[in-house]
Amino acid sequence: MKPGHGEVLIAEGDVELAPDEQRLIEEFHRQLDAGSWAAVPVTGPQGRRDSLMVRAFGDIPRDADRVIFFPRAAGGR
Amino acid sequence: MLLALAATALVALALLSEELLPKLEEAWSRHRARRRRTPEISYDPGRERRAEQRARALLRSCVNDEEWGMYRDLGFIRVWGSRAEGPDNTGGTGGAPYAYLIYPHRAIVAYLAQTHRLLNEYCVAFPDDTRPYGSPRLPDSDDVLAKWMALTGDEHRLISTANMHLPGRQLDPVRVKRDLWRLSQWERARIRNAAGRAASEQIDAAPGP
Repeated sequence: MKPGHGEVLIAEGDVELAPDEQRLIEEFHRQLDAGSWAAVPVTGPQGRRDSLMVRAFGDIPRDADRVIFFPRAAGGR
Repeated sequence: MLLALAATALVALALLSEELLPKLEEAWSRHRARRRRTPEISYDPGRERRAEQRARALLRSCVNDEEWGMYRDLGFIRVWGSRAEGPDNTGGTGGAPYAYLIYPHRAIVAYLAQTHRLLNEYCVAFPDDTRPYGSPRLPDSDDVLAKWMALTGDEHRLISTANMHLPGRQLDPVRVKRDLWRLSQWERARIRNAAGRAASEQIDAAPGP
């Protein structure tokens, strides 16, 4: 998510392919190092949509189709 | 007399210039550097509208149908709280169910689900300091989605990051109570419509005479 932009595609690939996975891992770390938070939209067994906040690449479910990065929360006024 | 004063002023100015000139030059160069670092980006309503459309599409693809309908029709989303002791450690819920109202770029409001008693306001923002178009503010729907993901994914983390205030600091409690009333009316209408649809489907599916 970006101001003035909305959704921006950062990287895509298949985690089952080693070079793609490596690229996704690097991008994931780059985003987190830049201060973003990461979340994965998930759907529960009863069809209920939810989200999962992830702090490491290994936390991302292997079947996740996207990870959303957004600016880190800060206390507002 | 005047001549003497003017001469004194000139001498004082000459002496002070030794001290003042470097400071003035430094301030001027700082001012120019600041202007160079932050190029002026004009507000473009078309760009902002396109960003908001993309943000709405993303929000819709992530939240539940009911929540999307709530946001589209009422302008906010309700998220149920999941902590047994309430939103924070201040107590106050006594284990009663509670929820949050998420508004775009406004505080998150916690309330008791049954009595609609307002608990607290949680002021939180998601500023993008890179300011790609001069502003750190996400589009409205992205702000709502960020709050939704952070609340449903890690309620404690978001609430402990936010600044907590008593109800009424940012949002008028009367308006919030009215929104809760609008939400209950909206839910009733939704249930009625769903029941009506189910009944008509049964009639359509029934074998003819």
